Amino acid sequence: MRVALFVTCLVDLMRPRIGFAAIELLEAAGCDVTVPASQTCCGQPAWNSGDRAAAAALAKKVITEFDGSEYVVAPSGSCADQIRNEYPAILAADPEWHARALELSSRVYELTDFLVNVAHLESLPGNFTGSVTYHDSCTGLRSMGIKEQPRALLAKAPGVELKEMVAADECCGFGGTFSVKFGEVSAAIAAKKCGNACASGADAIVGGDLGCLLNIEGKLRRMGNEETQVMHIAEVLTAKK
Amino acid sequence: MESRSRHFKANAAASLANPVLQANLKTAKGKFVDKRAISIKEIDDFEGSREAAKNIRNRVLENLDLWLEKFEENATARGATVLWAKDGEEICRHVAEIGLRHGVKKAAKSKSMLSEEAGLNLALTAAGIRPIETDLGEYILQINDNEPPSHIIAPVVHKSLDEIADLFHQVHKTPRKTEIPALTREAREVLREHFLTADMGISGGNFLVAETGSVALVTNEGNGRMVTTLPHVHVVITGIEKVVPTLEDLSLLMRLLPRSATGQSISNYVSVLTGVKTPAELDGPEHLYFILVDNGRADVVGSEFQDMLRCIRCGACMNHCPVYQTIGGHAYGWVYPGPMGSVLTPLYTGLENAIDLPQAATLCNQCGVVCPVMIPLPELLRKLREKQVEKHLRPWFERIALKTWAWVAGNPPLYALGSWLGVRYLKWLAGGRDRIPVLGVAPGWTLGRDFPAPEGKTFRELYAKKKGR
Repeated sequence: MRVALFVTCLVDLMRPRIGFAAIELLEAAGCDVTVPASQTCCGQPAWNSGDRAAAAALAKKVITEFDGSEYVVAPSGSCADQIRNEYPAILAADPEWHARALELSSRVYELTDFLVNVAHLESLPGNFTGSVTYHDSCTGLRSMGIKEQPRALLAKAPGVELKEMVAADECCGFGGTFSVKFGEVSAAIAAKKCGNACASGADAIVGGDLGCLLNIEGKLRRMGNEETQVMHIAEVLTAKK
Repeated sequence: MESRSRHFKANAAASLANPVLQANLKTAKGKFVDKRAISIKEIDDFEGSREAAKNIRNRVLENLDLWLEKFEENATARGATVLWAKDGEEICRHVAEIGLRHGVKKAAKSKSMLSEEAGLNLALTAAGIRPIETDLGEYILQINDNEPPSHIIAPVVHKSLDEIADLFHQVHKTPRKTEIPALTREAREVLREHFLTADMGISGGNFLVAETGSVALVTNEGNGRMVTTLPHVHVVITGIEKVVPTLEDLSLLMRLLPRSATGQSISNYVSVLTGVKTPAELDGPEHLYFILVDNGRADVVGSEFQDMLRCIRCGACMNHCPVYQTIGGHAYGWVYPGPMGSVLTPLYTGLENAIDLPQAATLCNQCGVVCPVMIPLPELLRKLREKQVEKHLRPWFERIALKTWAWVAGNPPLYALGSWLGVRYLKWLAGGRDRIPVLGVAPGWTLGRDFPAPEGKTFRELYAKKKGR
């Protein structure tokens, strides 16, 4: 299987190791991974800010860049959703681009969904030991159906104990630009998420979307919690002792 | 009601700083969310019922004028008078005129959000009619100096038992009581007098049934029945979008409304009221008026926001909203809080008067998945953001930031350079620590949390190096 990795702008900037972990997992599942060099951002910040023109320009850019790849995989539910479900809507008025958006839509996957349901990853390249609690990021959960896939992967790791938190499916308060426009409200929502996550007693809070994870980590540290780790699922699945 | 939605940020900050409100919101969330989750399991095919409810509401909205005419015809045939109101002012004028015609001195009111839209109580007082709120929550707000409701079905959800105990003690001049049954008994004793002496009853309407000309009322306290049967005049005030074709349609919607709202299989009272009292009947009003209100709704019909008019006012969207759960209803500044309010307020009071509301959502879609009539709330919020951009209503710095970012993101070499610089700047800011406590470029972020430091190099740099490029 030939997979083109959509790194996502946040991983590129903040946590390159998640990108490398994603490649490692895809390769462990037998995929041939390429990373188109000119990629930047999926355009979600523009789309969710109401700038249709900017969102359309970036959508066309991504469609062109990932033309011809067998699969496109992103280590983020919300970026994958932007490409799969929003691009066709953004480009609905232009029949040619709309068709291309739909075509790409059929090939794009969130990482854990792809590993479980398409690549059928058998054994994990990592051996993480510890307890984790999984935060379901909203867009991945409610628009992409990402719920069982990360848990199925965690279940393959003998050293991982999953301790579910209360309200794992509730928003962490990130919301993209919302986190900056309404910082105090956003942080107050994050505090509840951190409270629930910590109450699970897990060593690490794990999720599939870096935006949420930065929000949760930032709030934990501000609250004075220095112990609880915050990790992307790809990091957990590839971690070496 | 005058909108305070312009002050959303300040309102939200005040809510966050109010520990009593925060505690009350936490209790309320548990009640609403958990109860709904249990009660929807009673329906074999809940998702199928949502789909059917959506279709009923869509069918009405596609030919709203025809269904309203049908309603008017059938209501009139049963002796009711149907009046139309363009806006809140016209609602007030109609009610004052009806009051004058029938010599009304006191009006007993059941809950009506339209009356909040219109600011009816003030107008009635000015017209010499004393309005008495008889829904317990609304009554508490009225005696607390006409405080606005913070929730569409639980108007005093922001208040604690202690606050209400203090209020009753002060206003009723009775010994302070802290037991709920004792407080409700006290309210009943006060209200009983008003039910018996009111000349006019005013209610909202959960649904209008076109085939019979009836209004359906969903209540829990029984005050709705008193208000609509004891006084000789009954005035129903409701939005034009509330009509449904048949009683059969009503029955399906009633499977969803109480469950979505309070987690009840059925509310304590469901009244379907049709026509004026006939000579053979013992109860009911001699005069029945329907005031069917536009107040911005007609403009939404046929627009890209039409889905919003399916709303049956259950409040599930706000009960499940992380933002509402954190700041409560008052912060939204007008009649309707939460996600539905963030769509309705700009549509009904003007985009420019509620600039923050469509932005004040994480787009988590918890609202969309619980909405009993499948309103795509996050999508409507996003479309409102698009309208704000089209009309140049966003602040200049945001517009420039967005345009610059989009231009850079569309230009890969420039983007690579920008992210190369950006990541180094952030790393420098962190100064060897794993976090940045104050972020100048996005100060909002670090108001209540740290910004984790980046690793130090971009993925693209590291990947190119690895590949020897």
